[in-house]
Amino acid sequence: MDFGPHLMLASLEGAVISAILVLTAMGLSIVFGVMRVVNVAHGEFYMLGAVLTWFITSIVGGHPAIGFVAAIVVAPLLVGCLAAGADRLILKRVNYDPDRTIVATIGMLYIIQQTTLMSLGPDARPVEAPFNTRLSLPWFEWGENGFAMIWPWGLSTTSYKLFVIAAAAMVLVALWLVLTRTKVGLLMRATQQDSETAQAFGVPVGKVYSWVFGLGAGLAALGAVLVVPIQQAHYLMGHDPLLLAFIVVIIGGLGSLPGTVIAAILIGMSDGIISVFFSPTLAKIIATFLVAMVLVFRPQGLLGKIAR
Amino acid sequence: MTDNSKSNLMHIGVLVVLFALFFILPVYHAGNMSRIMVLAVYAMGFNLLFGYTGLLSLGHAMFFAAGMYGFGLTTNLGGLPVPLAFGFGVICAGVLALVVGFLALRTIGVAFMIVTLMFAQTAYLVVLYFGTYTRGDEGFVIQQAQRSIAGIDLTSETGRYFTALLIFGICFLLIARLVQTPFGKTLVAIRENEERTRMLGYDSHRHKLKILVISGLFSGVAGATYALLFGYVGATFATVQYSIFPLVWVLLGGAGTTIGPLIGVFFMFYLINISSGFTDAYMLVVGVVLVLLTLFAPHGLAGLLRKKVLTWLP
Amino acid sequence: MAAVNILETRGLSKSFGGVHANSDVDFELARGKVTALIGPNGAGKSTFVGMVSGRIEATRGQVLFEGADISHLPAHKRIQLGLAYTFQITSIFAGLSVEENVALAARRLLAGQPEALVKRVTSVLARVGLSDRAVQIAGDLSYGHQRILEIAMGLAQEPKIFILDEPTQGLAESEVDDFITLVRALAGETTILLIEHNMRVVMETADMIAVLDQGRMLAEGTPDDIRANADVQAAYLGTSTDA
Repeated sequence: MDFGPHLMLASLEGAVISAILVLTAMGLSIVFGVMRVVNVAHGEFYMLGAVLTWFITSIVGGHPAIGFVAAIVVAPLLVGCLAAGADRLILKRVNYDPDRTIVATIGMLYIIQQTTLMSLGPDARPVEAPFNTRLSLPWFEWGENGFAMIWPWGLSTTSYKLFVIAAAAMVLVALWLVLTRTKVGLLMRATQQDSETAQAFGVPVGKVYSWVFGLGAGLAALGAVLVVPIQQAHYLMGHDPLLLAFIVVIIGGLGSLPGTVIAAILIGMSDGIISVFFSPTLAKIIATFLVAMVLVFRPQGLLGKIAR
Repeated sequence: MTDNSKSNLMHIGVLVVLFALFFILPVYHAGNMSRIMVLAVYAMGFNLLFGYTGLLSLGHAMFFAAGMYGFGLTTNLGGLPVPLAFGFGVICAGVLALVVGFLALRTIGVAFMIVTLMFAQTAYLVVLYFGTYTRGDEGFVIQQAQRSIAGIDLTSETGRYFTALLIFGICFLLIARLVQTPFGKTLVAIRENEERTRMLGYDSHRHKLKILVISGLFSGVAGATYALLFGYVGATFATVQYSIFPLVWVLLGGAGTTIGPLIGVFFMFYLINISSGFTDAYMLVVGVVLVLLTLFAPHGLAGLLRKKVLTWLP
Repeated sequence: MAAVNILETRGLSKSFGGVHANSDVDFELARGKVTALIGPNGAGKSTFVGMVSGRIEATRGQVLFEGADISHLPAHKRIQLGLAYTFQITSIFAGLSVEENVALAARRLLAGQPEALVKRVTSVLARVGLSDRAVQIAGDLSYGHQRILEIAMGLAQEPKIFILDEPTQGLAESEVDDFITLVRALAGETTILLIEHNMRVVMETADMIAVLDQGRMLAEGTPDDIRANADVQAAYLGTSTDA
């Protein structure tokens, strides 16, 4: 394949990565924005979403679409509830003290991850996509008769992947609407701005925190539900998304949702493209080093407000 | 008896007990103790930064790995004799700590944790990227023949145990001394209230940089010793897991105490040893211990002891 | 011969975005005297003192200590020159013992001299009346005692200038009396700059008074000068008539 089509393919792959990444990173960003909590177990909630999808589709049987629809509704809800429970049981008890919270979430990471290993085993489990038609994509070329459309072999995507991109965009819009137009969203934003004042005004900060933590986990799980027909469910799959989500949230600016979106697109696209043209390891090296430097020299990232 | 003499007695006592254990314990457990002592040096290094100064690094594995690879690569590829290779490994760790310190100490709190995590992750990926030399996750072995000093074979059970004990002992006593100096007390002050410490005329940034380098050096010593005594160098030691281990060890044993790290390593080692007999998911133990500790016993074992009974414990 | 003014500021200013917390403050601190800095709430007193000590970076202006320009020195270097500072909201080492708190303050100067250190800690604690609480954990002390501990930490440094930000706030009447006695005893030994709202303390201790209002230096002089000053009366002490 020539460079042009190859780049297009890489970009499409990057777009899918960005789509998933946006949801995962958004979850992390909301939790940090409102609660000032760095949830190291975030990747494991993502993994749980994928694992639950496999579980649900295995039970439901029949046409894969049925199981998938069930999963996309149930998995994020279940994971969200689990997270909210963890918040009440553990994080509230340590008063969201930064050191203790990080230690607690590291503990949660291992508990979730290893329990999954014990129940599921170390093998990767595939999940069938609800629909998966291969779509050849056109490329343009200067021929003897001017512009012509050609269909290079290998330049294709699937209907499912396009669906993922569309779904992520829809969820983002829905999220934005909830945050800006609903009372729940207002409570969240108020708590983010100034939790003490919010509390003084009667905002049930404790409850908001549990909701937010659950929402963050649910978003990650949703991202994983979408991705699992493309990849597979595996107990260690939370590690890379966690790091990428961190990178996105930091570069985009902690506490800035538009920043998270822009950074997710940037990083997802570059990760996709560099991985295809160079090596995945190199892509990761650049990304992790870059984010460390951003935190050191420009802690507010692209669009963030707080420098912490 | 003054606090000072109690402290001296305790430290010497621990070393005497460790010495005697070699003759009392069955070979299998003595071998475990060798490993425990080496890892305890790593834990003590981490404890200096976290327990005494209050800086939580989530990337300490990079210093351990720097020592390990610095030693391993120069021995295998460079053919350097043990003392030189060892020294090189330690210096690598120190230099890395200095560079990381210059950058990471510009941040505080959560940002510091993430920056150290990211640097360590970068280091791990670099090790993988240069797999031709480092053999990546698979790692490489250092031959027995290369692991001896002045004809003394360091790979025998005796050689391993007493080398580990010697290195542990030196580090243990050095650190015990360090934390009781004015420098050490200032570190505690920084942990308790950094702004107040600055407003008493102390250069807190300099202190933090120094202790980060010292902490890195000790971690590097542990890494180099591990490669020397157990003959294996691998990228697993540069993963996030190996940055989390010292955190569990120190929290369990008692952060900010000299004896805590050893206790923490000892208990976690055997806890994991026993659970891995039942299941592959032995890291679950780590998770549960972390959550329980941070909820109910943030001071750890030695910390509790110090709070309730032995207030003189350094 | 030592300069009359141990500390001087020239045109010291601080702006936070559009808010001018301090504008062009010229100030002279007389050596060996007790100077009180007064002014209404929000006048910029703590910000000013923060800039002098180096805790807050000035937007513009200079700070001179014994004639030398220290404007670009970080806080810890200024403390090393002989400045001691107590916070408006008490800042001590709550997790450590009372004597360790004082020891930390003194240790910077007496690092290699353990006996001299013990002596100084004991004498300072005696001076402020905290000797019997030496081994108590500082966080367990009453708020008033914590403030006194912070003053003890300053004393332990045997400073040339002692800056106290609202030292008597939260103290009981008897503790305020003790404080006044302490300050009077220190006069001559060290130069004291105190931010105070308690007028009794000001009138009973201050040799000089400086008045800040809305970020600007309104007046400087002896207590009598200030009492007679019409601008000060209007801005701070309240005018006698007018609707």
